[in-house]
Amino acid sequence: MIRKKANEREQWFLYRANLRTKTLVVIGLSALIIISIFISGYFIRDIPTNFVNANQMPSLEHLFGTDWMGRDMFQRTISGLGLSLMVGFIASAVSTLISIILGLFSSFNRFADEAVAGIIDLFGSIPHILLIILISIMFGGGVLGVVMGVGLTHWTPLARVLRSEVKEIKTKEYISLAENLGKSKVWIAVKHLFPLIISQIIVGVILMFPHAIMHEAAITFLGFGLPPHEPAIGVILAESMNYLSSGYWWLAFYPGMSLLLVVLLFDLIGENVEKLLNPETAQS
Amino acid sequence: MELIAKNISFKYPSAKDYLLKDVNLELDNNKIIGLIGDSGSGKSTLCKILSGYVREFEGEVLFEGKPLAKKGFKPVQLIYQHPEKVMNPKWKMKQVLEESWEVSDDFLSEFGIQKSWLNRFPQELSGGELQRFSVVRSLNPNTKFLIADEMTTMLDAITQAQILDSVLKIVKERKMGFLLVSHDMDLVETICDEKIYLKDINAAMK
Repeated sequence: MIRKKANEREQWFLYRANLRTKTLVVIGLSALIIISIFISGYFIRDIPTNFVNANQMPSLEHLFGTDWMGRDMFQRTISGLGLSLMVGFIASAVSTLISIILGLFSSFNRFADEAVAGIIDLFGSIPHILLIILISIMFGGGVLGVVMGVGLTHWTPLARVLRSEVKEIKTKEYISLAENLGKSKVWIAVKHLFPLIISQIIVGVILMFPHAIMHEAAITFLGFGLPPHEPAIGVILAESMNYLSSGYWWLAFYPGMSLLLVVLLFDLIGENVEKLLNPETAQS
Repeated sequence: MELIAKNISFKYPSAKDYLLKDVNLELDNNKIIGLIGDSGSGKSTLCKILSGYVREFEGEVLFEGKPLAKKGFKPVQLIYQHPEKVMNPKWKMKQVLEESWEVSDDFLSEFGIQKSWLNRFPQELSGGELQRFSVVRSLNPNTKFLIADEMTTMLDAITQAQILDSVLKIVKERKMGFLLVSHDMDLVETICDEKIYLKDINAAMK
C-alpha cells in the first residue's frame, strides 16, 4: 500500500480529521456559541446605567463601548440577540408546523396538491416585509405580533420543498401497497410520508432561522416590531441611528456585526447538517 | 371464489399501441395457474390491473362476482418482484409486517424469518430475506387471492424452493387462489396445474 504524504492537505487545525468529524465539530462549535448567547441573554435583565461612563469608545472594560446612558453595549447586544433568537425560534416553530401540515395535506389528492401549490404561490408573491408588517399589526404588535408576523410568512420555501418531496414519495410502490392494504390517506401521510421528510424538515428549519431573525430585526428596526423597552437587536440598531452623526459608530457597528455573525452561524449549521443528512450534497 | 378478467384493454398514456387488448382470464382457487410471458409483454401490468393497483383500464375485473372495492383492504394481493421497492426505507421490519397484520411467531419461523431481523431496517437485509417479509405481509388472513409477480426470479434456487413451498402450503391450507407469473418454464411446470401463455390471450400481440 502506498502511504500518503502526511502533510498533503490533510492537516486540519490540530489533528487530521475526515469530513464527517469536521462537519460535526463545526456544527458543535456553532451551536455552542448560539446556545451560550441565548442562555446569557436570558440572564441579563437589568443593565446598570452610569452617566459618568456614557458614550465611551470600545475598550477592554467595555468591549463594545457604552451608549448614551452609560450602559455596556456588549451586555445589551447579547441580551438583544437572546431576545431575537427566542422570537426567531418561536416563529420558526410556527412556520414549520404550517409547512408540515400543508406538505402532508398535499398528499391527499390532486385537488389538495393544487390548492397547496396555489397557497404557497399566493403567500410567496406578496412582498415579505409588507406582509410581516400587516400581520404583526393585525395581531396587535409587540412580541406576539412579531412572532406571528414572521411565523406566518416564512413557511413558503419549506412547504414547497416538502410538497415536491411528498409528490416524489407518493409514486413509490410501498404507498400504493399501503392503499391496497386498506390504510387511510391520513394514516399513510403520518406513518409513511412523515418519517421520510424529517431530514428535509430539520434542514429547512435551521435554514429558516436566519431569515426569521433577520426579518424580526428588520421590522423592529422599522418600528413595527418589538416595543422600545424590549432591547431586541432591531431596537438597538434603530436607536443607534440617532447617534451615528455624532460619531458614535460602535453603537451600530458591533450589534450589527453580531447579528450578522449569528445569522452566518445558523447558515453554517444548516449547510453542515444537510451534509450529514443528505450525504450526496456534501461533495459538490 | 373466482377472479375474472373480462375484455381487459390497457395502454399507457404515453404509448400509441395497446399493451393489452381484450384479455380474458378466469382464475379460481382449485387450480394453481401459471402465467407465462416474455419480458415487456405486459405481465406485470396485467397483475397490477387484477390486484387493483391500476384503475384506468377498459373492461372489468370481477372478484367473487363484484368489482374490487376502491377503499379498504383488497382481498387480491400482489407480491412484487423487487421487495426492496415495496418497503419504506425508514421503517423497521416489525412495522412493515404490522402494517398488514399481527404475525405469529410460528408463522415467521415457517418462512424462515429470524426474530432478530424484525428490528432491522430494509437496507440491512438481503433480497431473499426481504422477499420472505414481503410474502408474509401479503398473507394477511383476509387475503383470498395471491398473485406472485416474478416473486422468486431474483432468488437462488434453494431460497426459491423454500419460499414457494411455504407459500403453497399456506395457500392450500387457507384455500386461497394463487396465480404464479413467471418466465421460468421449469418452475411453472413443477408447481402449476395449468399454464396460460399471455401471448395466446392477448389480442394485442397477434
